[in-house]
Amino acid sequence: MKEERDELLKEFTPEQVAKLDEIIERYKSKPGSLIPVLEEAQMVLEYLPVSVQKRIANGLNLPFSRVFGVVTFYSFFTMTPRGRHTIRVCLGTACYVRGGKAIAEMLEKTLGVKEGQTTVDRRFTYETVRCLGACGLGPVVVIDNDVHGRMKPAKLKETLNNYQ
Amino acid sequence: MALVTVTIDDIKVEVESGTTVYEAAKKAGINIPTLCAWFEGGHTPGQCRVCVAEVEGQRNLVASCVFPVADGMKIHTKSERVRKARRLVVELLLADHPQECTYCVRNGICELQRVAEQVGVKEVRFSRTEFPEEGMIDRSSPSVVRDGRKCIGCMRCVTVCENVQTVSVLTPAWRGSEMRVVPAFDLPLAETNCVACGQCILACPVGALYEKDDVEKVWEALEDPTKHVVVQEAPAIRAALGEEFGLPPGTLVTGKMIAALRRLGFDKVFDTNFTADLTIVEEGNELVKRVKEGGKLPMITSCSPGWIKFCEHFYPDLLDHLSTCKSPQQMFGALAKTYYAEFAGIDPANIVVVSIMPCTAKKFEAQRPEMKDSGFRDVDFVLTTRELARMIREAGIDFTNLPDEEPDAPMGEYTGAGTIFGATGGVMEAALRSAYYIITGKIMPSLDIMPVRGLEGVKEASLDIPPIGRVKVAVAHGLGNARKLMDLIREGKADYTFIEVMCCPGGCVGGGGEPIPTTMETRAKRAGALYVDDSQVQKIRQSHENPSVIKLYKNFLHEPLGHKSHKLLHTHYTPRGTNIPHREN
Ligand code: SF4
Ligand code: SF4
Ligand code: SF4
Ligand code: FES
Repeated sequence: MKEERDELLKEFTPEQVAKLDEIIERYKSKPGSLIPVLEEAQMVLEYLPVSVQKRIANGLNLPFSRVFGVVTFYSFFTMTPRGRHTIRVCLGTACYVRGGKAIAEMLEKTLGVKEGQTTVDRRFTYETVRCLGACGLGPVVVIDNDVHGRMKPAKLKETLNNYQ
Repeated sequence: MALVTVTIDDIKVEVESGTTVYEAAKKAGINIPTLCAWFEGGHTPGQCRVCVAEVEGQRNLVASCVFPVADGMKIHTKSERVRKARRLVVELLLADHPQECTYCVRNGICELQRVAEQVGVKEVRFSRTEFPEEGMIDRSSPSVVRDGRKCIGCMRCVTVCENVQTVSVLTPAWRGSEMRVVPAFDLPLAETNCVACGQCILACPVGALYEKDDVEKVWEALEDPTKHVVVQEAPAIRAALGEEFGLPPGTLVTGKMIAALRRLGFDKVFDTNFTADLTIVEEGNELVKRVKEGGKLPMITSCSPGWIKFCEHFYPDLLDHLSTCKSPQQMFGALAKTYYAEFAGIDPANIVVVSIMPCTAKKFEAQRPEMKDSGFRDVDFVLTTRELARMIREAGIDFTNLPDEEPDAPMGEYTGAGTIFGATGGVMEAALRSAYYIITGKIMPSLDIMPVRGLEGVKEASLDIPPIGRVKVAVAHGLGNARKLMDLIREGKADYTFIEVMCCPGGCVGGGGEPIPTTMETRAKRAGALYVDDSQVQKIRQSHENPSVIKLYKNFLHEPLGHKSHKLLHTHYTPRGTNIPHREN
């Protein structure tokens, strides 16, 4: 139990862990409460890493496999924290042929992440999308709500600098 | 239940309402192909759609394994529409499946192959050619290999692991085309609470789960002239090996098994049944000691390594209930490199001990760090029944026409009590025969203890042992059943003196290393063969009367539970972390 708590405290504050435990406690004796617990937990913690899933499994007396199966099944749940900013690279056909692929590769290299991952410093979460409907502007990169059209690898660094 | 009449391909049948189309067709003499369904395990996810049929009035084809019939229903199972749909389903499966049949472990006994043949697939119009192994094959476990590339997502393994064994390691994860069946958190199997039982292998219709193959290492040892290679075979091998060579389940092939092992080149062919008898003498004495001296009761058997690992994970607080006796396999290894080495004047460093086991967990057990009391790794290699069969085929040995041969001395002789170890209830029966004698000095009025035999999940019996009085015992097989007894102990409600637990349904004859298919029916037949061995083949039926065991005590061990026994034949257990929950609510 203690080890498990230490594991949690590496990523979350004691207040967050207390809230998680409170959620589990509240649902403990209600059958079929895994999904609401996960939902509430994600609201408090923002993401559900293995340590949290284990805590929930233990609290609700469910197999780890069950919790993991549910967390990965619903796209709503995420096991990785979100970055402060979200970068989406369009890999729809138009953007792809106009250099989207090169942009994506470069981003992956500079940020050290793969599709769906968040940088270690939690600055960026990196995703790819299929066509944003802005084909005329391709290749398109969207950071948070800002659309950056006609992106070039050379321009990338400078653009990223505006998002800290 | 009300009876209804349905017409299937113009054949009228009467069935109970609620029966599935699949069952009703069966009654009409029609075998609808199935793939994801595992009826014996109550597993019909209706997922693969290989079993589709046409029901008049239904727009879409129905999955016959789950669709219930209704009165007057007209069903077609061989119309063009049905045949085309089934073929398409199988073609799509094959398109996403490595075409490795010729060197796949399931070649010839694969349900996907069988179904492809049955539905008449002649080509695969969408074939993919690349199936990279990277990240898809998990070889971390010493017992079970998972090849995600061949997984068809039927989830049978999930059901057996969760419902039958209540270990719940495996789960479907992610969704849609990303869906994969993996251990929790996608961890390597070796890092989970998997007990290595291999029941998932038996449940898997394809080659996505299989035993870790150690055949090459054994060939290597046999080729090495500096090595003296000895082999032991578990009781359940002789009752099942014949199936690999076309003999019906329940054929006892002891003599041919021994002959085949000799032809493979083993220097000595001994028998695990010998150390099964020894286990009974040690365990029987341990039980009597616990009863007399107020030791921890109920005492629980410890010869099933999957069961031991399960206990270490889920009941670490109850480990002192386990008998300290090693399993027969490990007693054999420890003695082969001490007693036998001395007897034969061979340097134990040059002795290689190979076990033939019905069990994948035995591979794990042999590698446990503490299993080296002989000063060496006690058991070097463990092969399952299936691996042995593969070696015999590779060597071109005409198994069914082999003469019957006898095992070697001094570790080959066994009794009827030793042989029934392979069936659920057998260890209990064998132990009671000897414990009765140890306590009373007399032979039990009847050596057959019927209530502990058979495939009921939890069995109970009680018997009078004069000075002690009535002794209550229980037997469980399959970990879900074992769990029931363990929970009773935890609650302080178990008034048993002695409990036998076997990890696998049916006991070792239903082990994860046994021939495929292993069903409840084959389990019962194999157990039957062992009871025939006990009552009709073996002349001695009580372990303590085994002349080779008596000699072993006289010349080497000196006494049960003595100093040498303690060092070589007994062990301790490792709590593996509490708080691994197991099932919903
Ligand atoms: S699992 Fe079956 S179909 Fe797939 S490669 Fe093996 S034998 Fe062939
Ligand atoms: S070997 Fe047994 S415990 Fe391990 S995954 Fe398979 S069924 Fe579950
Ligand atoms: S591993 Fe085998 S049993 Fe498990 S889902 Fe895949 S194909 Fe089915
Ligand atoms: S066998 Fe019926 S859907 Fe798979």
